[in-house]
Amino acid sequence: MAIIKVIVPGHLRTLARLPSSEVALEVDGPVTQRSIINALEAAYPPLQGTLRDHATQKRRPFIRFFACQEDLSFEPPDAPVPDAVANGTEPFLVVGAIAGG
Amino acid sequence: MSKVRVLVGTRKGAFILESDGKRESWDVSGPFFTGWEIYHMKASPADPNRIYASQSSGWFGQVMQRSDDGGKTWEAVDNKFLYDGVPGTHQWYDGSPHPWEFKRVWHIEPSLTDPDLVYAGAEDAALFRSTDGGKSWHELSGLRKHDTGMRWSPGAGGMGLHTVILDPSDPNRLYIAISAAGAFRSDDAGVTWKPITRGLVSEFLPDPKAEVGHCIHHMTMHPERPGVLFMQKHWDVMRTDDAGENWREVSGNLPTDFGFPIEVHAHEPETIYVVPIKSDREHFPLDAKLRVYRSRTGGNEWEALTSGLPQENCYVNILRDAMAVDSLDECGVYFGTTGGQVYASSNAGDTWFPIVRDLPAVLSVETQTLS
Repeated sequence: MAIIKVIVPGHLRTLARLPSSEVALEVDGPVTQRSIINALEAAYPPLQGTLRDHATQKRRPFIRFFACQEDLSFEPPDAPVPDAVANGTEPFLVVGAIAGG
Repeated sequence: MSKVRVLVGTRKGAFILESDGKRESWDVSGPFFTGWEIYHMKASPADPNRIYASQSSGWFGQVMQRSDDGGKTWEAVDNKFLYDGVPGTHQWYDGSPHPWEFKRVWHIEPSLTDPDLVYAGAEDAALFRSTDGGKSWHELSGLRKHDTGMRWSPGAGGMGLHTVILDPSDPNRLYIAISAAGAFRSDDAGVTWKPITRGLVSEFLPDPKAEVGHCIHHMTMHPERPGVLFMQKHWDVMRTDDAGENWREVSGNLPTDFGFPIEVHAHEPETIYVVPIKSDREHFPLDAKLRVYRSRTGGNEWEALTSGLPQENCYVNILRDAMAVDSLDECGVYFGTTGGQVYASSNAGDTWFPIVRDLPAVLSVETQTLS
């Protein structure tokens, strides 16, 4: 079991009543985008459906996933994330795209 | 001492305005859900402490909130709005088939008798119901699966189910309206639906008297006259006296019959209110004068109500769910604007005053009259 660091946007921190934007999550099995978000939603149910559409399970269009100075948003959801994320050295960042008013 | 609570949804959060029955001094609380769009908030008639709120964002999708203490604290409840079965397609702007896609909840309608029973009108048009206070939602899919569903198409603002009216004399009867599909009635608690559009005429349709396709902006009903409904259509103010079987135009002497909200007086079932807007191309008041129009005759004969409202340089709009009445002895009327003002009248519209002037654009206004 890996301990993953995840940083969420301020709106979601407020929604889930997180003490900090950074949370530590236990992830079972291969560490992928899907397993990280599954763990995030399981730990904080108000976040269900906020990153992925409930019906399609696809990433919402204005959500991006960054890590290790890379944009992982378009990687397959079951692809392994970088080792530095999987071993908890680097955070997995959930970012709201800069858009809107 | 009676008290009024006004629930205001805006583009950037929710606000609660409260006053005693005099409606002279107001407390403003909020914003709640800061930065999120609050399409609608509405309280349970059966439990005034139970309030539901529809919270959404272009980034994070739909969240539903519930308060059990009159809006002081909130709890996120279930936000899983899944269409029943394979959703299929409706008609897109260009006429092509387009998959049904859930976007947001436009309107919340709590049951008249059960705080845990609540309906949610969604974009893309569908009606959902929760029987556990919002902890789970299930589609009443007979509406979306109506034979005409493939021909429904969105209005410019999306294909939203924005009006849900519950008949207090018959728990099996519901009315809904969709932009731009039309109006429907169910007589079996939402299992099956029939279009109720006979008498509507929409010149933008190939067949102006078509069964579906009318862009209905809002409908209202007085609880003591459950068969009488009033409608603000894209153009035209309409009424029916037979539960939607037949509609007739009651625009009468309105300076323009385009508009969005329509409401009925709490104690006078033939007194109704609209806010005429210049046109579908120019969504602001005619002549830049903000005027509520009141009919005391159930339509056709209208009077302008202007006292306390801006009569020059006014270019705001009043959206479909942004008007409401209270049920104090002297009926209060309230509406919010896209300019962030919430205006109130404590004398049935004779005079108006702003409760607040500088909120974000107002999307919805609802009231609670508390004892």
